[in-house]
Amino acid sequence: MMTFDYDKPEVYLVLTAFLLAAGVYGMVRRRTFIGILIAGELVFSAAALNFVTMNRFFAADDANGQVAVLFIMALAAAEIAIALGICIGVYRHYKTIGSKDVTELRG
Amino acid sequence: MSAFPAVEHLVRVVFALAVLATVWGAVVAVSSRRVIRSVAGLALCSIGLAGLYYLLHAPFLALMEILIYVGAVCVTIVFAVMLAEPDETPGRESRSAARCWGGIALACGIAVFCGVCRLVLMHPWQKPQTDFPHGTVSEIGTAFLTTHAFAFELISVLLVVAILGALVVARLGRGR
Repeated sequence: MMTFDYDKPEVYLVLTAFLLAAGVYGMVRRRTFIGILIAGELVFSAAALNFVTMNRFFAADDANGQVAVLFIMALAAAEIAIALGICIGVYRHYKTIGSKDVTELRG
Repeated sequence: MSAFPAVEHLVRVVFALAVLATVWGAVVAVSSRRVIRSVAGLALCSIGLAGLYYLLHAPFLALMEILIYVGAVCVTIVFAVMLAEPDETPGRESRSAARCWGGIALACGIAVFCGVCRLVLMHPWQKPQTDFPHGTVSEIGTAFLTTHAFAFELISVLLVVAILGALVVARLGRGR
């Protein structure tokens, strides 16, 4: 059974599940692009924590999990840069960044 | 038994604080209506995650988490908040529609949480390894330049493309 102990993997994995759930909730609920982006960052963090947990508890022979997390961080930083550039461009064009108002591509 | 029995309790307290910061930050990040508070929640969540990484014997990752997420990502989002006007305007959607979407989002979140928790708690995990002499900075560096050298170079190219792309996208239509 799960106990609140810092050297048990279950605690970290449940926390990962919580971060993933919070990210999914935010992505469905938020109505602005930046809010959705922040929720996406939470999902990235969940994946990263999962990698580190598995690396620490079940594959402690190498550093592959930590390397994967560094790749995730680099990808998240690149994604944030591009997405915020697009947000600024959209704001300049539409004067809003609400995801309901930017509907030019709607069929 | 270590020479200082209180150390164990101290580590537990630090762990509890890290978990609390992560959970609270995540909740603030997704539930606050003002974007600037969401950014603060994301920063708090990242600090808690850094503490968890440290407890998982990955101090380099803890440092990088604070450097990249708190120092770069959150600051970039704050700049975007200053340049755009991102707060959700109340009253745009009807109250019933808002409640409906909130319910759907909450159902999605709870379903994901319960599903993944069930997988985690039902799985017969093997006994965790207790020896961890690995994962030092030099080992990470060696892995980057030998096993993962190709991915490492690809990430470098990706970052250059992302920087140039962000500059181009943000510059377009500047005269308007």
